[in-house]
Amino acid sequence: MSTLTPESTSDSPSVARTYAAFSRPMWQRVIFSREFAVIALLIAAVVYSRSEVAYFDGPQTMYYLFRDTASVLLLALPMTAIIITGEIDLSVASTVGLTSVAFGMLYDDAGLSATTAALIAIGIGVLCGAFNGFLIAYVGLPSIAVTIGTLALFRGIAAGLLGTESRTDFPEAWTDWAKERIFEDQPYPMILIPFAVLAIVFTLLIHFSPFGRGIFEIGQNDEAAHFTGVNVARTKAILFVLSGAVAGFVGIYTTLVTGVARAENSTGLELSVIAAVLLGGVSIFGGKGALHGVLAGVLLIGVIQRAMLLNGETINVINIVIGVLLVLSVMSTSLLAAARRVVEASRGARSSGRSSHSAGKRSLS
Amino acid sequence: MSDPTARPEQAFVLELQDVAKSFGAVAALRSGTLRVAPGSIHALVGENGAGKSTLVKIVAGVHRRDAGVFEFQGKAVDFSSTAESKSAGVAVIYQEPTLFPDLSVAENIFMGRQPLGAARRIDRARMYAESEALFERLGVVLDPRRPARGLSIADQQIIEIAKAISLDAALLIMDEPTAALSGVEVDRLFAVARSLRDEGRGLVFISHRFEEVFDLCDTVTVMRDGSYVSTQQIAETSVDKLVAEMVGREVTELFPKTPAEIGEVVLDVADLNTAGVFHDVSFQVRAGEIVGLAGLVGAGRSEIARAVFGVDSYDSGTVTMNGHRIAPRNPRAAIRAGIAFVPEDRRKQGLVTEASVARNIAAVIRRGLTTAGLLTTRAENRAAGPWAAKLEVKTSALDMHAATMSGGNQQKVVIAKWLATDPKLLIIDEPTRGIDVGTKSEVHRLLSDLAGQGLAILMISSELPEVLGMADRVLVVHEGRITAELDRAEANPENIMRAATNADPAHQAAVQSDEEVPA
Repeated sequence: MSTLTPESTSDSPSVARTYAAFSRPMWQRVIFSREFAVIALLIAAVVYSRSEVAYFDGPQTMYYLFRDTASVLLLALPMTAIIITGEIDLSVASTVGLTSVAFGMLYDDAGLSATTAALIAIGIGVLCGAFNGFLIAYVGLPSIAVTIGTLALFRGIAAGLLGTESRTDFPEAWTDWAKERIFEDQPYPMILIPFAVLAIVFTLLIHFSPFGRGIFEIGQNDEAAHFTGVNVARTKAILFVLSGAVAGFVGIYTTLVTGVARAENSTGLELSVIAAVLLGGVSIFGGKGALHGVLAGVLLIGVIQRAMLLNGETINVINIVIGVLLVLSVMSTSLLAAARRVVEASRGARSSGRSSHSAGKRSLS
Repeated sequence: MSDPTARPEQAFVLELQDVAKSFGAVAALRSGTLRVAPGSIHALVGENGAGKSTLVKIVAGVHRRDAGVFEFQGKAVDFSSTAESKSAGVAVIYQEPTLFPDLSVAENIFMGRQPLGAARRIDRARMYAESEALFERLGVVLDPRRPARGLSIADQQIIEIAKAISLDAALLIMDEPTAALSGVEVDRLFAVARSLRDEGRGLVFISHRFEEVFDLCDTVTVMRDGSYVSTQQIAETSVDKLVAEMVGREVTELFPKTPAEIGEVVLDVADLNTAGVFHDVSFQVRAGEIVGLAGLVGAGRSEIARAVFGVDSYDSGTVTMNGHRIAPRNPRAAIRAGIAFVPEDRRKQGLVTEASVARNIAAVIRRGLTTAGLLTTRAENRAAGPWAAKLEVKTSALDMHAATMSGGNQQKVVIAKWLATDPKLLIIDEPTRGIDVGTKSEVHRLLSDLAGQGLAILMISSELPEVLGMADRVLVVHEGRITAELDRAEANPENIMRAATNADPAHQAAVQSDEEVPA
C-alpha cells in the first residue's frame, strides 16, 4: 500500500511529509502538567516541613508516614486506572475490612497456615472485585451505585462473620515483617518493596501497554473505543478484579501492621484513596490522569497531615485544610483545562490555517 | 440584486459588512459580508474553515465581532448573548438540535416561556393547542404531547423551527440542516422553508449540497478563507462557478472512480437478520469493487454495516470473509479477518477527539507495535507518521488532539487508522459527510486508488452523485431490506430513488423473489 498517495499531489513537488512528534518541547510538556504541579507542591511541603516543623525531620516521622500511607498508596494504583475509565470503586475499603476478617479467622479459627490464609483472603478480594466487575461491565449498571451497594454488603459480611470481636493472634514473623524497615537506619518500611513492584506493574499497565491505551480511550469515548476493537466490558472487569486483589493484599497488610483483624478495619479509607487520586490530577470524568501525579498526591496529603499533627493541630483543622486543598485542586483542573483549550484552539487553528494556505499555493503552482 | 450594494433602498433583515473576528492570533473571519433580504432564502456556501460558522455565531450572539458593520432589521446591533439575539428575532437551527429528551414536544417549544393559567400554573391545554397550531401552519404532523426522545433529527429540527416561529423570528439560519435527513424529510423541510420565505422572513441556508442550494435558494453568498467572495442570484450562476469560487480553483472531477479489475469474493453476507432492523440481507463484495449501499437515512444501511463489523449483534445469518466465518458481535475478530470500518459519526465513533493524532492512527494496530509487551509513544509516532503523511493530514505535530481539526482532517485520521491495519475490506459509512469540497475529492480519489489496488469497499452514502460516481454496483436498502441491485451502467438517480422509497412495489416484489432463490 505504498502507492496510496492521492494523484492530487502528483502535480506538485510531492515530498513525503514528516511530522514533528510533539508540538511542545520536552521541558514544557513536563513543567506545564498537572502532575508536575502536584510533585512540586509535595517537594515544597517536605522542604517547608523539614525546616519549620519540629520533629518532622526526626527518625520516626518518615517511617510512620510511609507505613500509614502505604494502604492508600496501594489502593490508589487500581483506583487510578478505574477512574481513568470513568468508573469508580467505592467498595475497596470494605473489601479491605472483609479480607482482614477472613485472614484473621482463617488463621486463628480455622487453623490454616498464614500463607494459605493470606492466599484465600486475596482470593476473596478477587471475588469481591469480580462481583463488582460483573455487575458494572457485563450487566451494565453504574459503578457508583453498584459499589455503594457492595460497600455496605462487603462490610456487612465482615461484621456478620466476626461481629464486634477481633482476632489478634498472628505469626510473629509476619507482624514483624510488616513493621520492619528495609535498611536498619532508614525510614523505609518493608511494605514499600511490594508497593514498588506493584507500582511498576501498574505504571506499565496504564501507561505503556495496549491495554492501558484502551483504559484511556474508554474514559475519553467508550463508543469510539468499542468501534476500534477495544473490549470495553472485559477491560473494566479486569480493573475491578485487580482492585479487589490489591484490596485483599491491603487487608492482610492492615491486619499485620495493626495486629488486629476486625470488621471495622479501614472504614472510610475509600474516600482518602479517591481524594488522593483526584488531587493527583485524574479527572473524575475519566480519560485523563497519570500514576506519578496520583502517588505524589497521596504523599502530599500524608505529609500535610503529619506536619500539622506535629504542629499540634487537631484532626478537624487538618481535615479542613485537606478539604480546601482538594476543592482547589479540582477547580484548578477545570481552569487549567479551559486555559489549555484556548491555547490549543488558537494553536490548532493557526497551524491548519497555515497549512491550508500552503495547500492553496501548491494548487496554484 | 446580483450586486447587493446596487439597491441601497432595499431594507435587509440582516446586514453584515466586513465583519472580522479573531481568536487569539487566529483570524477566523477576516471580512464577512452578508445581506439577507426579507422573503428570501439565502445560501451561504464555502469550504470547511471558510468562516461560515463563525459568521453564524456572531449573528446568534455566541461570539462578538472585533470589527465591521452588523445591522439587524435596519438597526445597528451588537448581540452579547444568544438570549439577546433570540429576543431580537434571530433563530438558528443547527444540524443536530439539542432538545430536552424527556420533556414533551410542546414543552420543548415553550421552554422558559410556558403559557401560564390560574395561579401561575402552566396551562398545558393552551401549550398543546398552540403547538398544534404551529405544526398545522408548517404543514407537518407531530404529536405535541410525545416526549422528544426518539424523534428523528428531521422532526427535532421542525420543533426548533416551530419554536422560532412562535418567537416570530425575522431571520432563520439553518446550519447544514439536511446533512442527516432523508430525501422525503428534506422535501418537507424545504416546503416549510418556502412557506416561511413567503411569510416575508429572511432565511440563511448553509449546505455542502449544491443540488439543494439550487433547488431551494434564490441568492447565494460564497466565502473562502474567512472572507467574502461573491453574492449572486442562483439563476445566474452554476455549480462549476460556485465550486471554483469556493476553492479558488477549478475542480474538474468530483467523483473519479476509475475502473478496476474485479477479483474474488471477499465479503459474503448471507441472510442477515435483526428483528425490526433489517431482514434477509444477503450480498457479496469482491476485491477491487466498490459496492454502494444507497437508501434513505434510517433504512438500516448503517445498522447492516455495524452488524457485519460486529459492533452490534444480529439475530441470524452469517458473515464470511475470504471463506472464513466471523463470530458475531466481536469487532476484534472482524479486524483480524481484515475488515476496516470507518463509521458514520466521526466524532463519536470514528476517533477519540481527546487523544492525539498518533494515538488515534495507531489505535487499532498498537498490539503489533509493542516491544516485550510494552508500548511507547515513540513506537506509536513512528507507525502513525507515515500514514498521516500518506493521507496528507494537516497537523503541526503528532501529539495534537484530533478535537482541534476540521472534519475533513478528522476523516483522514480515521481512514489512516484503518488503512494502517492493511485491510481486505473497507466499510465506509458516509465517507464525505460534512467535509469540504477539496478534501471530498481527495477521499474519492483515495477510495478509487484503493479499489485499484484490490481492496474491496462497501460504501454507504446518502449523496446520490457520490454513489453514482463511485460505486461499481449499487445495493438499495428500503426499510431494512435490499430492494434493488443495480450495476454501474443501469444505476441512475431515478431507479435508486424508486427502490429507496419503495415507489414501485412490483419491482420490489421481483427483487425479493429473486433473492429467495438460494445462491
